[in-house]
Amino acid sequence: MSRKIKSTSAPDTPGYNPSRRSFLGAMATAAGVTLAPGVILYAISKSSPANARTLDAAVTSDVRWGMLIDVGRCDSGCDDCVSACAKENGLRGHGRPETDAQWIRKIDLKNSQTGNSTSLPMMCQHCENPPCVDVCPTGASFKRADGIVLVDKHICIGCRYCMMACPYKARSFVHEALEDQKSHAPRGKGTVESCTLCVHRIDANQQPACVEACSDTGGGAMLFGDLNDPDSEISQRVAKYASQQVRADLGLNPGVRYRNL
Amino acid sequence: MAPRRAFPVISTLVLVCMAGLAVIANAAEDQSAGNGGLLPVIPMGQGDSCVKDTDFMRRNHMTLLKHQRDETMKEGIRGKPYSLKECISCHVVNGPDAKPVTVSSPEHFCRSCHDYAAVSIDCFQCHASRPESGDLPADHQMSSAFPTTATVNGTE
Repeated sequence: MSRKIKSTSAPDTPGYNPSRRSFLGAMATAAGVTLAPGVILYAISKSSPANARTLDAAVTSDVRWGMLIDVGRCDSGCDDCVSACAKENGLRGHGRPETDAQWIRKIDLKNSQTGNSTSLPMMCQHCENPPCVDVCPTGASFKRADGIVLVDKHICIGCRYCMMACPYKARSFVHEALEDQKSHAPRGKGTVESCTLCVHRIDANQQPACVEACSDTGGGAMLFGDLNDPDSEISQRVAKYASQQVRADLGLNPGVRYRNL
Repeated sequence: MAPRRAFPVISTLVLVCMAGLAVIANAAEDQSAGNGGLLPVIPMGQGDSCVKDTDFMRRNHMTLLKHQRDETMKEGIRGKPYSLKECISCHVVNGPDAKPVTVSSPEHFCRSCHDYAAVSIDCFQCHASRPESGDLPADHQMSSAFPTTATVNGTE
């Protein structure tokens, strides 16, 4: 690195300036110093629970957040996850179900041959290869390093390509001007939004609101955790029991998996 | 003859100038009284001081916010001090009903200055322009909402 700096700031070049050269040298040293804590941090995160992270550290792909939903324990009449989501993120409808924002919804399925019926929650599946990110023309739709798919509403132009591309119909468009949003869930007219996996809660080492509500008052069907950590409960359960991804044929590798579906 | 005619004209001009000065002086008093004037009504924030000097904040608050918003949104870094949420919590203005006003009120901290500078402010199309009851700080400590030293899961 020092050789490179010497060659770009040779003493006989017209723009040569000793102070500039020493500045570049200092920059090179600083880069080396800042690398060292990164290495140490990495070592810590490997030796401790994978979701341990200081609030000042950036999220890494060491963690892959996911969810396991046991459809067998999901009651068709229960929508505690939906109401918890609306309360947590300040979602208020306008009595127009076709266009009102919907981050999570309950779906009732019935096998027409056997008559067997099941009920399950459906939301953003936080794909490893999200089609919403592929089609976004501005880069507003993005995947965080820990696998959470989000919308950068600062650069979302509201074109709704992502809504077309999502096979799970997980995204909503905000049609009306809003006021008094939750400070942790900014949302506004003209932008697309979807389940954030309660990213503000995850960053505070809490579970998503739907999972908490499901275990508190619902059937305890939802389990949240780190799919990359072999010791986490979710990893052990997906290893032990058969589970499936919705539309696994699309190869999107969703972070949300369903059991007994 | 000519100087005699000029006298009333000049004295009228002097009177007009004095009246103008009086209006400006009144406006300055109105500003401190908080009932609107030529200068923006800037309410005091809570606590002893802002996260940076007032002069710095006047010129650079947007840069701090924009830089940090990307870090928070894309990288999940939430331990830093320059959040819009903190601005809103410290610079809260209560309306006649003793509740914090939204940006729809001209007395809102951000709006009072932005109106004066004629700079449109888009933040509040998406972000809350007033704190929720739980967001109001007991004092100016940043740590109440976003602990800068605490760690997740108890690990350093």
